[in-house]
Amino acid sequence: MQKMPKKYFAFFTLPTLIAFTISFLIPFFLGIYLSFTKFTTVTNSQWVGTENYFRAFTDDKNFLNALIFTVKFAVISVALINVLSFSLALLLTRKLKGTNVFRTVFFMPNLIGGIILGYIWQLIINGVLIRFGVDITFRAEYGFWGLIILMNWQMVGYMMIIYIAGIQSISKELIEAAKIDGANFWQILRNITIPLVMPAVTICTFLTVSNSFKLFDQNLALTAGAPARSTSMLALDIFNTFYGSMGYEGVGQAKAVMFFLIVAIIVLLQLRFSRSMETEI
Amino acid sequence: MNSKSKNQNNAMIVFLIFLAVLFLSPIFIVFMNSFKGRFFISDTPFKLPNSETFIGLENYTSGIAKTGFIQAFGYSLFITVFSVAVIVIFTAMTAWCITRIKSKVSTFIYYLLVFSMIVPFQMVMFTMSKMANILHLDNPIGIILIYLGFGAGLSVFIFSGFIKTIPIEIEEAATIDGCNPIQTFFLIVFPILKPVGITVAILNAMWIWNDYLLPYLVIGNNYKTIPIAVQYLQYGYGSRDMGAMMALLILGIIPIVIFYLALQKYIIEGVVAGAVKG
Repeated sequence: MQKMPKKYFAFFTLPTLIAFTISFLIPFFLGIYLSFTKFTTVTNSQWVGTENYFRAFTDDKNFLNALIFTVKFAVISVALINVLSFSLALLLTRKLKGTNVFRTVFFMPNLIGGIILGYIWQLIINGVLIRFGVDITFRAEYGFWGLIILMNWQMVGYMMIIYIAGIQSISKELIEAAKIDGANFWQILRNITIPLVMPAVTICTFLTVSNSFKLFDQNLALTAGAPARSTSMLALDIFNTFYGSMGYEGVGQAKAVMFFLIVAIIVLLQLRFSRSMETEI
Repeated sequence: MNSKSKNQNNAMIVFLIFLAVLFLSPIFIVFMNSFKGRFFISDTPFKLPNSETFIGLENYTSGIAKTGFIQAFGYSLFITVFSVAVIVIFTAMTAWCITRIKSKVSTFIYYLLVFSMIVPFQMVMFTMSKMANILHLDNPIGIILIYLGFGAGLSVFIFSGFIKTIPIEIEEAATIDGCNPIQTFFLIVFPILKPVGITVAILNAMWIWNDYLLPYLVIGNNYKTIPIAVQYLQYGYGSRDMGAMMALLILGIIPIVIFYLALQKYIIEGVVAGAVKG
């Protein structure tokens, strides 16, 4: 096996690598280059140095606002989703009747695409707000909490499934032993269940953080950034910078590079932090 | 079980039923509104249709006609099925090859692919769609190649994790029996990969079926998939038709619900396996 001829190496890897090079690798490096240029298509770029990076902050406040909005959104939704899904997982690992049906129901919204989810919730939130004579685009807070509700509805079932797998992998003897020693529900939860599901916490935090930061479809469908771009998250702001007005392609690409760096740094820090929590135990 | 904890359990079940109804109600509300006249939806979305507001399947017929939903369904299905098939076959081949042949090149390829998973799509969306345009990949067949490129990271990662656990002796025995690497892969290894292949297929199918921005940028002008058709209904035709929108949302959900109820066990297992490895 170790001596597989070269022609076989090409046979097995080339189809994937060609596709990967065309759709990711070249666009990635070209994107970094273009962020330092002024361009409207990829063939007419002029080098402008770091100008685009400064313009992303100085031309208007959109990018900075989107960054603040995204961070706030990520913090609240990550906390809420993980608490709710963990609580549901605790409930559904108690051998109650109908557990499978509940699992099926709670997980389902996760399969529905972001655009469709956005319009479902737009109908419902606007249906409530119309009693007060306004709609979701009236104030940024409405869009913000609308997105939080939507994101919870979509992600809670998914994270719940991962937490259930984590809780079920804890040995029954351990819990039995604690009960015999007289530990109550909260003591077992704090000293056994939570420490032992830390790997699941790592996974769920990772997934919720990266999904929150990269959120686009739901944002586009629910508010499209209204009122006046105040509910644009980073991904939507970058999209609007590219395709919303001529002459901002370079700025859009510079924003995209910064977006990539922010996501990469946060994801790596989060993984490192969570892993250190795991090894402590 | 004593009666106190029995009562407690009953209370929990009642609470869970309440929660389940709450979870399903958004879909039910959209469903109910899809049978109401377009002007009776936005103002009173929580009212059941009555003799004045009920219009039968009119929203469905107008929604389908306005957006070319049948065609959109066809494009979505074609692109999803073939992209998933291509991704499963080619990334399994790649993962097997770079896992079994240990070299600097294969390690480099592996990390490059894994790296692509954390890059947000916006980083490459403009340059990628220009590339697709220049190379004439801006059609439902060309986009399959693009999906292979974007799906490669996660898929190779999941396949590699599984392949490391397969004993190499099976493959060595096949080689001794006279199989070349291509035969070994397709006759011996690929069948062993079936469970993890299902995981990879489901994760990619969910992503591609629901994907909006990539197909919008690459083929959106000429070929509308379901998410593009829904979004187009909102902005593409002047005043928006809430009735047609409700019908289209339901039509967009139905295939997903059928897919989910038919393959539920695999989907839930696949999502857990994919998440734990990812």
